[in-house]
Amino acid sequence: MNINFTLIAQAIAFAVLIWFTVKFVWPPLLSAIETRQKEIADGLAAASEGRNALEVAAKKSEITLNEAKQKASEIIGQAEKRGSQIVEDAKGTAKIEGERIIAGAKAEIDQEVNRAKEGLRSQVSALAIAGAEKILRKEINASAHSEMLSKLAAEL
Amino acid sequence: MATEHAEQALTPSSYITHHLSFNAKPIGDGSFWVLNYDSLIMSVLLGVLVMGLIWWVARGASSGVPSKGQAFVELIFSFVDEQVKNIFHGNRHSFIAPTALTVFLWVLAMNAMDFLPVDVMHHFVYAPLGLEHWRSVPTSDINTTFALALAVWILMIFFSIKVKGLGGWIHELFCAPFGSPSFAAPKSLGGAIGMLLSPLLFVANFAFNLIEYISKPLSHSLRLFGNMYAGEVIFLLIGLWAATGVTGTIFGAILGAGWSIFHILIVALQAFIFMMLTVVYLAMAHESH
Repeated sequence: MNINFTLIAQAIAFAVLIWFTVKFVWPPLLSAIETRQKEIADGLAAASEGRNALEVAAKKSEITLNEAKQKASEIIGQAEKRGSQIVEDAKGTAKIEGERIIAGAKAEIDQEVNRAKEGLRSQVSALAIAGAEKILRKEINASAHSEMLSKLAAEL
Repeated sequence: MATEHAEQALTPSSYITHHLSFNAKPIGDGSFWVLNYDSLIMSVLLGVLVMGLIWWVARGASSGVPSKGQAFVELIFSFVDEQVKNIFHGNRHSFIAPTALTVFLWVLAMNAMDFLPVDVMHHFVYAPLGLEHWRSVPTSDINTTFALALAVWILMIFFSIKVKGLGGWIHELFCAPFGSPSFAAPKSLGGAIGMLLSPLLFVANFAFNLIEYISKPLSHSLRLFGNMYAGEVIFLLIGLWAATGVTGTIFGAILGAGWSIFHILIVALQAFIFMMLTVVYLAMAHESH
């Protein structure tokens, strides 16, 4: 249990060990741990940033969705209005067209009737003339009475 | 036992004396010039082993997902770093924290040699190597613990002077902790007497600091030495049971196991205390009064 030279030898060994640790052991461990801590801190910051961005995006998408819905219903409303207008227009056009067709048909009918009348008139006068000719052949000369008969035909 | 003891009767005292003898070789004249080869070689071997292992892990340390070995080393690193951080509020990474790590691991490894069974080691390792006396526990050698404490003591004075300057350190030796005398003109008789007596404060301060500077390394080293030496002696006393026959051997083995388990606590605790005191002393050296 005497104090001897071992004291100095051990102190030197201790000094060398401290030097070794200070120089070679502590710095790499410290830098590894500090780098990892920084990476973890950065990761956490990025995660919270991402979460915030997600919230903003969700809000934005909701707004956009609402706008789209509103616009869609507006468009649908306009389309309905336009559709009914088109139907109304078509109805109007059809009515006018129908009336026009009816009017045309009426005019044609009138024309037809007139033509028939014309034909009939000429045939009636011819018939009358033929009848009268048969009646009058015996007593009246045809040229003296034809003027009177055509006057009669014009009256028809 | 060994050959030189073979002729003598093996008594309890010769057994204990044998196991408590150092492998001491004179390297010069006088009782100081003796080297305890066992303490020196064991401590250097352990220091190289422990710090080498840590260095081996630290060299390949990555900041990504750590391997199991690195995680274990980082656990110790963080434990030491946390302790130092709580005590010392300066740039701990440049010196004090690595020193604390060295002290903790080295002392822990040296203390742990107490778990080697003395007789088994002697008969199967040391005696075949021709080593008559060989103590496995360097920290049960007062030279080892005192060397560590003295190195810390020198560092303490070094940091005191480095932080406060030589003048500041000397000023603190004489003017702290009781304060320095005042040389303002006294206003009363009492004040005059007080002024005449006030230089005694220098004496009181210096005496106080002297005691502190002497007691620090002594308590630092003797605490560790005492614990480890006592632990070794108790192992030897338990070992004596083996001399009483088979029953005694079994009983001694059970006692020895019990003491070993309890000793784990002492080994770790004393290494921790030694580290903490080292940090506290070095931190105190950085503080000005």
